[in-house]
Amino acid sequence: MRFLSTHRRHPLAGYAVLLFGLLLAGALYYAFAPGKAEADTAGDTAKIDEGRQLFLVGCASCHGMNAEGIMTKRGGNYGPSLIGVGAAAVDFQVGTGRMPLAQTAPQAPNKPPVYDEDETEALAAYIASLAPGPAIPDEEYTDVSEISQEDLTRGGEFFRTNCTACHNSVGAGGALPSGRYAPPLRNVSARHIYEAMQTGPQQMPVFSDDVVTPEDKRAIIAYIKNVQAQPQGGFGGGGLGPVVDGMFAWIIGIGGLVAVSVWLAAHGARVKKKRS
Amino acid sequence: MSSESHDAQPSDGVAQPTGDEVARPPRNDIEPAEPIENPGLPEHLPRPTDVDPKLEKRAERQVAGMFTAAIILTIGFCVAYFTIPKDAVIFGWFSLNLALGLTLGGALFLIGIGAIQWAKKLMKDHEIIEMRHPARSSDDDREAALGVLDEGVAESGFGRRPLIRRSLIGAVAILGLPAIVMLRDLGPLPGNKLFHTVWRKGMRVVNDVSGIPLRPSDIEVGQLVNAQPAVFFETDSHGHAVFHGTELLQAKAKASVIAVRIRPDDIKPRKGQANWDVDGIMVYSKICTHVGCPISLWEQQTHHLLCPCHQTTYDLADGGKVIFGPGKRPLPQLPLAVDSDGYLIATSDFHEPVGPSFPEVNQHRD
Repeated sequence: MRFLSTHRRHPLAGYAVLLFGLLLAGALYYAFAPGKAEADTAGDTAKIDEGRQLFLVGCASCHGMNAEGIMTKRGGNYGPSLIGVGAAAVDFQVGTGRMPLAQTAPQAPNKPPVYDEDETEALAAYIASLAPGPAIPDEEYTDVSEISQEDLTRGGEFFRTNCTACHNSVGAGGALPSGRYAPPLRNVSARHIYEAMQTGPQQMPVFSDDVVTPEDKRAIIAYIKNVQAQPQGGFGGGGLGPVVDGMFAWIIGIGGLVAVSVWLAAHGARVKKKRS
Repeated sequence: MSSESHDAQPSDGVAQPTGDEVARPPRNDIEPAEPIENPGLPEHLPRPTDVDPKLEKRAERQVAGMFTAAIILTIGFCVAYFTIPKDAVIFGWFSLNLALGLTLGGALFLIGIGAIQWAKKLMKDHEIIEMRHPARSSDDDREAALGVLDEGVAESGFGRRPLIRRSLIGAVAILGLPAIVMLRDLGPLPGNKLFHTVWRKGMRVVNDVSGIPLRPSDIEVGQLVNAQPAVFFETDSHGHAVFHGTELLQAKAKASVIAVRIRPDDIKPRKGQANWDVDGIMVYSKICTHVGCPISLWEQQTHHLLCPCHQTTYDLADGGKVIFGPGKRPLPQLPLAVDSDGYLIATSDFHEPVGPSFPEVNQHRD
């Protein structure tokens, strides 16, 4: 303390105090400031550049050079704008092979992905850099290995309320008008299911995180995985229920019995020789 | 055909067509001759098992073998029932169900085909023709029956004692009255129940299952929310749910709604419903106006809502108009507003009956 009191009138004392104050303010800011957006780091900038290169080659012909979308002459949508769709939409569309589109059709089917994981990540980073949008979900919400029975039950309620109308009660999928369909949910990864709910691809409605919370989404995914892991007796028949089972029993079962009866009555070996 | 089988036929009503019957000339001018001559039965040919005792013996062993296998399978069913654990799985199927089905099904199948084999290979198979009997009873029988009836009427004094007769007829006739009176249990008449739901002015629209109230900012363009009136998630002063049990289900059957958000430019509201949306968020009844199925097959890009039961399709951007299918009335829309806390609320009940149409649907009732 003696050192400070004897040197307080030193010509450099003012600068020393100023420096100390600045350092303290900086340290406090560093401690309490929100984490910087990841897109600012050098690695992500490279990723965005790589994504942009891939986009210009593979996507820009429909979605426009700057992902602004292309309108047809009649005002239709040649390729929708991707500004603000977020990384989640890219990860879903490219990761399930729906994009790039192979041909114009009522609906883009899922197929083996064209881009590998790194390329998909780069494309997602580029699209995410254009405008804020839903990010790829945290693993916390897509890991359903340790789900409680309570959450599973709740997930079932959410699934039956929001999803079964199109995707069927066990996620076997279903038909929609004009050649469109709700795809089956078997073998779809938890992350892609989450992203589909979040972004609403194609005709599927959006189920935003504000209404169906990430915890609810995790419960829904857990229910889908659980219900599809259960062994089904005999042939599942799409889990469509007793009406379809009954139809098969009547048409194929009863019809088969009639056909066999007719065949049995019409056949039988005979010999020309009379019994002696 | 062998002679003993011919003799074994009962003489009454069973006849063998003979050559002269077939060639009989027409009895008169009205009944013409058969256009194609009756060819009669084909010649009866014996089966291999009829002529070869070895084959006959073999068929006998086959049939007995099938029946014996059926016995073994049935015992196998009982063994499987007690020994196979309930949750064991084989090839993705429950082992127990598979084993029970295969053993019991196999046993029934073997009994069936054993019986068929027996009938086709070993049982006598000569053709017989059984002629129809006349349906009328003989005159003697008819007279005897009428005699018994007349005797009963005479002995009971039914005709002689009009007091008893009339009171009995009255007693039996009035038995119809309880049946008519009990029709009252079909009621009471619904009154104005079909015209109202639990939606009230100021009631919040909440997400189904979780009960989260909805803010306009929570709902994105293209979003679908399966929603309910907030009252289903509220409790009264004693902490009991306001609606529960059957009452809840009945109220839900009318009050369930879906909220969707469509780009405001795409919306063509129905006449008089121009301001019923909030920035493109619209709430419609979830109950199909055809026969009342809950509908939420929502195509976000075409704005079409499809009923899975009979394919009625509504265009929600066009005031819920029916564009396909058997539905007649457009889907009722719930007028919306935002309350002081920023949550979506109804500004009134539905202005028209929700769900399937009924004869009085167009009457105005409060």
